[in-house]
Amino acid sequence: MPPLTRWFIKSALVYLTVSLLVGVALTARGAVRLPTVVDALMPVYLHLFMIGWVTQMIFGVAYWMFPRVSKENPRGWEGLALVTYVTLNVGLIARAVVEPILALRPAPVWAVTLVLSAVLQWIGALVFAANTWRRVRAR
Amino acid sequence: MPRLSCCFIRASLAYLVAGFTLGALMLTLKAVVRYEGVGLLMMTPHVEFLLIGWTVQLTMGVAFWILPRFEGGTSRGAVGYAWLAFVLLNAGVILAGLGPVLGDAGFIRRSGRAAEAGAAFAFGLHAWRRIRRTSF
Repeated sequence: MPPLTRWFIKSALVYLTVSLLVGVALTARGAVRLPTVVDALMPVYLHLFMIGWVTQMIFGVAYWMFPRVSKENPRGWEGLALVTYVTLNVGLIARAVVEPILALRPAPVWAVTLVLSAVLQWIGALVFAANTWRRVRAR
Repeated sequence: MPRLSCCFIRASLAYLVAGFTLGALMLTLKAVVRYEGVGLLMMTPHVEFLLIGWTVQLTMGVAFWILPRFEGGTSRGAVGYAWLAFVLLNAGVILAGLGPVLGDAGFIRRSGRAAEAGAAFAFGLHAWRRIRRTSF
């Protein structure tokens, strides 16, 4: 298993745990008194689960298992896969932190950071698709 | 990798990019103009593209590729059902995702959902016999 796949999968496992803990906080709102920021966590919960866990697990396994590009260059350009890992995770973490803050205390700095997080995640998906496309081919 | 898996997986990559593009646009609108009207219009295709177009379609493509084969590895069984699933799934995602954008009150979206359900049934018909005990 290549190192980048290990990073993808271990990160995915962390996101799974964190997203389910956020889910616990969301359902606990009615029963216990929690900070108001918890009310704004629903989009964060969904995206930590769907991007952090599901999508990142797929990225990691696909990077590992999909057919090789060539003997010399089995998984395409490794730099692109690294770009995917960094942009996706930095973007997702920035989103998870800033989106609830922006909902409670709107300010230009949070708005700009949220746009940046969107752009970073978009780059991650685009680069993964471009790097994987060549590996998806009929025998 | 068989040709149908290539079709499934490449289509899923296209939906991944389309879904993330819509998501990035919605997040940008939310941050910059704090107006969610247009964003809400993008919500249905965003969810449809990523949940069904990306994850379900990728799963079907990989399953068609790696599930146990028949006749010493030369046959994948009733391939026609899997092709039908590919056609129905993509028609369904487009109809269910874009229905609200086209101003549809519900008929197009319901048709899309029905096509997606048909795709699931067709893929089940294909895959059922391939899910069996193997020697490894």
